[in-house]
Amino acid sequence: MVTNMKSLEELKAIREKMQSQIGLRAEGDTQTRVVVGMATCGIASGARPVLTAFSTLVQEKNLTDKVSVTQTGCIGLCQYEPIVEVMEPGKEKVTYIKMDAEKVAEVVERHLIGGHVVEAYTLNSVDIK
Amino acid sequence: MYRSHVLVCGGTGCTSSDSPQIIEKLKIEIEKQGLKDEVSVVQTGCHGLCALGPIMIVYPDASLYSEVSVEDIPEIVSEHLLKGRVVTRLLYQETVTSSGIKSLADTDFYKKQHRIALRNCGIINPEIIEEYIGTGGYAALGKVLTEMTPEEVIQSILDSGLRGRGGGGFPTGLKWRLASQNDADQKYVCCNADEGDPGAFMDRSILEGDPHTVLEAMAIAGYAIGASQGYIYVRAEYPIAVERLKIAINQAREMELLGDHIFGTDFSFDIDLRLGAGAFVCGEETALMTSIEGNRGEPRPRPPFPAQKGLFGKPTILNNVETLANIPQIILNGADWFASMGTEKSKGTKVFALGGKVRHTGLVEIPMGTTLREVIEEIGGGIPGGKKFKAAQTGGPSGGCIPAEHFDIPIDYDNLISIGSMMGSGGLIVLDEDDCMVDIAKFFLEFTVEESCGKCTPCRVGTKRMLEMLEKITNGQATMEDLDKLEELCHYIKQNSLCGLGQTAPNPVLSTLHFFRDEYEAHIQEKRCPAGVCKALLFYHIDAEKCKGCTLCAKNCPAEAIAGSVKQPHIIDLQKCIKCGACMEKCKFDAIYKQ
Repeated sequence: MVTNMKSLEELKAIREKMQSQIGLRAEGDTQTRVVVGMATCGIASGARPVLTAFSTLVQEKNLTDKVSVTQTGCIGLCQYEPIVEVMEPGKEKVTYIKMDAEKVAEVVERHLIGGHVVEAYTLNSVDIK
Repeated sequence: MYRSHVLVCGGTGCTSSDSPQIIEKLKIEIEKQGLKDEVSVVQTGCHGLCALGPIMIVYPDASLYSEVSVEDIPEIVSEHLLKGRVVTRLLYQETVTSSGIKSLADTDFYKKQHRIALRNCGIINPEIIEEYIGTGGYAALGKVLTEMTPEEVIQSILDSGLRGRGGGGFPTGLKWRLASQNDADQKYVCCNADEGDPGAFMDRSILEGDPHTVLEAMAIAGYAIGASQGYIYVRAEYPIAVERLKIAINQAREMELLGDHIFGTDFSFDIDLRLGAGAFVCGEETALMTSIEGNRGEPRPRPPFPAQKGLFGKPTILNNVETLANIPQIILNGADWFASMGTEKSKGTKVFALGGKVRHTGLVEIPMGTTLREVIEEIGGGIPGGKKFKAAQTGGPSGGCIPAEHFDIPIDYDNLISIGSMMGSGGLIVLDEDDCMVDIAKFFLEFTVEESCGKCTPCRVGTKRMLEMLEKITNGQATMEDLDKLEELCHYIKQNSLCGLGQTAPNPVLSTLHFFRDEYEAHIQEKRCPAGVCKALLFYHIDAEKCKGCTLCAKNCPAEAIAGSVKQPHIIDLQKCIKCGACMEKCKFDAIYKQ
């Protein structure tokens, strides 16, 4: 990729394109953390496409400076996998269950960008006895 | 789009402990486990924690693996990169706490650091210009070319209070202003990357980890003083730095960030590399320019100063690598931002190469005014083995030492000079009770004698005579008269040498004489080396009370100098003893001592 730099706009375009990737290498307590359960149970029920969908969308929407996507192990609710936890600083943890790539898109759009929890997919939406 | 970036240090230190093989293995393993499209492997520059190399950092969670070996890679990939389970046992242990994994920024090593010159080192891939641009790179150049006049640029650097990081501490903005005021058909910008102080490697790390920042700063300097050509004088002993600079210059030219009409303006600027053959004197500015011109690297008297008559007789500015690395940030964040850090007369930060008797040897960048205690005890992790701090040597062969009594001195240019040392390029060697100060002074004199270019007599002959006197002292053959002569000679060489090399060569002696005269006197009057370093004054003995007659020492003595029968106290034959210390190391009963 070689662009000839004729203007500041072109420099800015490259910067914005790269920022979402470099932003991944930042460390901050102010970030929202998206944690995908990637234990054997999670992977078996489809956690990998969920994880990649999150990381791709977060970068495409230029959210890397605000949101980090990581994995974690089994949290003990294997029947509800793939499980995704969203932790926003200063707010209560939200646990999404039985996720797939389409639900991810909705969560990114409505929760991470819009700020509204998608209640229908959360653990609260089912009755745990 | 990658969800995770694995950063592996490709600096000189980590490269020599096999980081290229680790990168290769990572790529193979990531491909094997089907993560090729999700995880990217990035070779970066130095992250500073050289003592624990090779260093590998996994983002987004910023887990730092230290002393990584090729064998660890499959486990890290399958556990951490696939399943998200950090391999705690292989992490940098300081980040591992009972309540979980501590953020890197909270570790003692990084907590008090403030990385401006090193901001991209260890974060970006230095061989990809887009990564530099992604962190705001070349925006400062864009800003000066489209929004600022050359005079405004100079004023901004002047207001920031930035001073030369190569050692001299001359205000950078003033240097630029002097060169801008001289009219000429051609002017030059030189980057002094001829880093030569033993133990200092911050310039190398910047060139290896973030070469574009130097190119950008040189172009800004070119615009400020009205130069269209820059030269980077770098030593050929830095092959990785040279390679990355070449790549960076080519990329910048392809993107037209170097060349004619940058950003469509009237400003044109290009940069070429010049490789030095490693002579220490070529770090001196007039010698450096003489070498670029194609002549033997020898200094010449000043004035005329380079700002008047420099390279090829034209007005020239020379700036050190670390100095330049600060420039784009000053332009982007403003002079006030930079001036808000540091002390009254020393603004911003300084990079130090920590070495010697300290746990975390490596590269640290601290705000000016940080105390020596903070640097050594907190960031550096203290002295290993519970030994006592004796002194810190700063400024290499041109500098001096800071003794324990000044442990709480805030580090800046003027404070160090006031106690007879100097900032130098930022080598900081920690010495403990086992180091002999006379021996340290002798080490640096050996270096200067070797590196003196021979053009002027005070330096060529004077340093040689000084070394001979120091040898006499460490051999126990000197008199107090010699000590007086040595001191007199120091002042003579300081005043009469042609260039900085000779003028500063006596500093290690003068400063150790000032703070540790008692050690010199012990060598001369008592024929004794208090630290037990100078071999000629050292004798090994066996304490007959403690010796059990186990024969271990006699078996390990390479010179067969130890005699004695089983279960009887042994004796060392001082005539045969070569003072290697092997017996003392082996003795299980602490029966061998030296004095």
